[in-house]
Amino acid sequence: MDKFTRVSGPAAPMLRANVDTDVIIPIQRLVGTGRTGLGPYAFERMRYNKDGSDNPDFVLNLPQYRDSPILLAGPNFGCGSSREGAVWALMGMGFRAVLAPSFGDIFFNNCFQNGLLPIALPEDVIARIATETEAAQGARHTVVDLARQVVVTPEGAEIPFSVDARKKEALLEGLDDIALTLRFKDSIDAWYAADRKARAWAWESVER
Amino acid sequence: MAATLLDKIWDPHVVADLGNGWSLLYCDRVLVHDLSGGRALQEVGDAGHAVARPDLVFATPDHAVSSAPGRTSETFPTGARLLAGLRKRVAETGVRLFDLGQDGNGIVHVMGPELGIVLPGTTLVCGDSHTCTNGGVGALAFGIGASELRHVLATQTLPQRKPRSMRIRFEGNAPDGVTPKDMILAAIGRFGAAAGTGYAVEYAGSAVRALSVEGRLTLCNLSIEMGAKMGMVAPDETTFAWLKGRDFAPKGTVWDAAVAAWRDLPSDDGAVFDRDLLIDMRDIAPQITWGTSPEQVLPITGRVPDPADAPDAEKRGAWEAAIAYMGLTAGAPIIGTKVDWVFIGSCTNSRIEDLRAAAAVLRGRRVASHVTAWVVPGSERVKHEAESEGLDRAFLDAGFEWREPGCALCVAANGEAVPPGARCVSTSNRNFVGRQGTGSRTHLASPAMAAAAAIEGAIADVRQFAA
Repeated sequence: MDKFTRVSGPAAPMLRANVDTDVIIPIQRLVGTGRTGLGPYAFERMRYNKDGSDNPDFVLNLPQYRDSPILLAGPNFGCGSSREGAVWALMGMGFRAVLAPSFGDIFFNNCFQNGLLPIALPEDVIARIATETEAAQGARHTVVDLARQVVVTPEGAEIPFSVDARKKEALLEGLDDIALTLRFKDSIDAWYAADRKARAWAWESVER
Repeated sequence: MAATLLDKIWDPHVVADLGNGWSLLYCDRVLVHDLSGGRALQEVGDAGHAVARPDLVFATPDHAVSSAPGRTSETFPTGARLLAGLRKRVAETGVRLFDLGQDGNGIVHVMGPELGIVLPGTTLVCGDSHTCTNGGVGALAFGIGASELRHVLATQTLPQRKPRSMRIRFEGNAPDGVTPKDMILAAIGRFGAAAGTGYAVEYAGSAVRALSVEGRLTLCNLSIEMGAKMGMVAPDETTFAWLKGRDFAPKGTVWDAAVAAWRDLPSDDGAVFDRDLLIDMRDIAPQITWGTSPEQVLPITGRVPDPADAPDAEKRGAWEAAIAYMGLTAGAPIIGTKVDWVFIGSCTNSRIEDLRAAAAVLRGRRVASHVTAWVVPGSERVKHEAESEGLDRAFLDAGFEWREPGCALCVAANGEAVPPGARCVSTSNRNFVGRQGTGSRTHLASPAMAAAAAIEGAIADVRQFAA
């Protein structure tokens, strides 16, 4: 997983509610494609015209947001399908943090697995960052500082955010989840041995 | 202390307390499919790990396989590569595969319960958001991403935070034409597409107790469309009778011990839920979605909302965009809207009862000449059971295509798609922009409502099509 410490840049506003992972990355791009190379297909149904040219009205095509590392989003961002390709596509597009009032549960977990930081902030705070970003005209940026757990707005206001302590450590250190869990191998084996006796019905007809 | 069904499954599955509210949760069963299964198994090996418990992992191709009559694994070439990868990895690791055309194959959330792979009181995960479907038998089942899937395959566990608990009680008798699909769409319409975020939802009440297991699977299937990655129904005599004798269900005296354990699972009287909601069945009519989120849903007698009436600017914008994408008129009745396609299938509504309900509406009638109508049974077993009852003839005689099991037009990952601009009444679970193909317009409804729309050639009220 990519480590995450601090990100600075223009924050791109896409504030509508219920942006689902089908919209973030169509399933057709995940059939026969790996983790990499999905960036050009992120939001493709909104991002491009029928002839393949850029849709100039799509917010992420505006010159000031083309290299944004921070996405400002609406409620329930990343709802729907569990496809982790949605995270790979956003990261392929250059995003390292998404600020939204709320997130789809599975998407939220998938973000942390890859080093994309999802931050839940009230809707008015996100609207304020969008307004300040527009007013700053590229002169001042938004900063996301994970170690300090603050978002610094273009006008310099520091907005604290909460992040799960376990996820924060994993992001800062770039930890491997599987290796961490395998430290509990003895506990896992002991759990199973006990449960095998207690709930024989759960195991007998599948074991071989 | 009074415990919920969630407590009674979650708590005994905690292998270790990881601190900060995290638990290492044992996963009793893992389902994998062609879209991500082969790659996940490969990545576990590439990282130097073994698959921890291949006997607890069950594979079935469903997402990227053609549903065309007479299909083979090569019919959709892109999917064929995924399936070849899955076959190779299950052979290497010893995971059971229910391959295309074989008994047991089907949509992952249809075959899982059907084979008794998922049982009451068990935990189950799968790299698919509709894993919540399996909660219909009283299991704790949830969808995960690719990274979490790798983790489960390597360790048989997942670090998880216990969700909050929500109960939705449906009380009363189902009115005419109201199916489990209508119940859950009505709930999503009332509470919103994010109401369940962070929750495990237990569906309860007299109307849920009256449902078959198939109906409960449909109900739980759409939990994720309300934001909840887990949905469940407490097991009861209906569940036990349905599961008994299934391939991987316990047998003999072990079965008796299982049922005894399962009888303790329902939430205790006095159990407290973080959120407790009530729906009076008298308030539900047959439902149809109008927009591009499952929360944008109407009773069939309703009208497309007018953005001028939206409660706030954000909703106004969302309604305007949805109305434009769907090609509808604000304020117009939804009934009578011309449709081009009808799809009966998906992990929501492709089980035998769904096909019976649709066929009952179709018998003696014909699909409108301008409508392309497909029925895709959920599994090989559903297909054969339906054929033994003559349901295939009912569909074919009415003008439907009778196709091969798989996800097909629900997710359009298999080279099949609703064409751009075409309007489809679909028994699936998502009406998202482009879900059934770029530019496709989806209206979610029950199988009987879909059959009625196929006959009428337009969105129709199933109550006018008494069998």
